[in-house]
Parts: sequence; structure tokens; C-alpha cells
Amino acid sequence: MSEIKNIFDISGRAMAAQLVRLNTVASNLANAGTITGTKEEAFRALKPVFQTRYADELKRSGVSTVDVLTVAEVSRAPEKAFMPHHPSADADGFVYRAAVDENEEMVEMVEASRQYQNNVEVISTIRALMMRTINMGK
Amino acid sequence: MNKIGSYLNFHAQALELRSRRNEILASNIANAATPNFKARDLDFDAEINRHVGIGPLQTTNEQHFPTAIAATGNSLLFREPVNPSLDGNTVELSVEQMEFSENVTRYQTTLTFLNNRISGLMSAIRGE
Repeated sequence: MSEIKNIFDISGRAMAAQLVRLNTVASNLANAGTITGTKEEAFRALKPVFQTRYADELKRSGVSTVDVLTVAEVSRAPEKAFMPHHPSADADGFVYRAAVDENEEMVEMVEASRQYQNNVEVISTIRALMMRTINMGK
Repeated sequence: MNKIGSYLNFHAQALELRSRRNEILASNIANAATPNFKARDLDFDAEINRHVGIGPLQTTNEQHFPTAIAATGNSLLFREPVNPSLDGNTVELSVEQMEFSENVTRYQTTLTFLNNRISGLMSAIRGE
């Protein structure tokens, strides 16, 4: 990954990270309620793992942005249900529901979009400041 | 430093510090969702005194480099959270947003001061 040069790098990469988070929420919600015949095949909710990425400590201390380290599956077990007439039921008549908590995903979505908006706000404020600074002395 | 330079120096230094603080606050906002991230900030009063108080190195020979003492990283502080969160993150969006908007307003104030000083100098030069 490239060096963090200015405030646009900071907020831009934070927005990218929040967008990854929103994408995982979308894919989790799309797969919520899906049913499979085995426990291993069942869908498990995906979560991004955020990590702080610092700029050069000597030149610009305290400046950092965020990177998505990896997108990991949650450890929650899929819900087991007895549905003997379901076409994908196993030999004992059990099916497995995707391990997705819809309420949790909705909260996650609202939080991610709010934080995305915060970063957009930072960028537009800084851009206005820069325009005023360029016109200094006129 | 020449007369015009020292006339503008204080506000120029303040503008640079404000812009640096903007970067730090933007970093805090960017890391609002990162576990164990500790929010940073700088003490503006202490920093501006340090910057303006020290100034450039006085040289006795023209071959000396007139270097200024750069701001070092150890002047950065950690923010004390109002409500600590479980994931070890000390960024509180309301606090950071408030500090950011205050810093932006003060940046614009300093910019206005600088503009006034420059236009004052310009009218003195033109003799209007």
C-alpha cells in the first residue's frame, strides 16, 4: 500500500474501508435465511477486520488511516431445524439456516453509512478550506 | 528574519499548526471503527508557543544552514474518553466532530487575519 500523503488519503481510504463493510452487510443480508443440507455448507456472516495504518512516524506523527486486514467469517454456528419435507434436508430430516443476525446487520449498516458520511464531510470541509487558502492575499 | 516575514510569521505558523491538527482529527474520524485505536490530539497553545518561541537557527557564517527546529512527534497527546468503549477505541465521534469544526473555524479566522495583514501591506506598498 502506498504512503499516506494528505488528508484525502486519510479520509478516502477510510471511506473505502467503510464501503467494504457495507458490502459485507449487503451480502450477509442477501444470504440471510438461506437453507442448506449440511452444517459445513451453511452460510456464515462475513465481517471485515479493520486495522489502523500509520503514516511515517518521524515526518507526520499522529496521522493514520484504516485498512481492511481481512474479511472473516463469524464463529456463530448455523441454526439447525427439523424440516423433513424440505428438498435439501439431510437423511435425518434436518436443515441448516445461514448464521446471520439480521438485527445486527441493520445496526452495522446504519453505523457504516454514518461513518462514511463523516469522512465525506471531512473531505468537503477540507476542500473548501484549501480553496480559500489558495486565494490568500487576493 | 526580514520585517515582512516576521510580520506574517505568527499567523503563518498558526495556519500550519491548524492544518496539522486537521490531519490528526481526520485520522481520528477515519479510525472511528477500528478496535484498540487511541485518539490523538495536540495542545495548540503549547505548540504555537514552541514554534514561535524558537524560530529559525541564528547563524554566524553564511555557509551555515539556517534550519528551524521541526515539530517532533512526542508533543502529541492521547485523548481521555468521556465514555470508554469495550473495544478499546477512544474515538468519540461527537467529540471529534466538535473539535474538527472548531479547528476549521479557527483556521478560517487565522486565514482572515493573514489576508488582512497582506492587504494592509499591499495598500502601504501602493501608497493608496
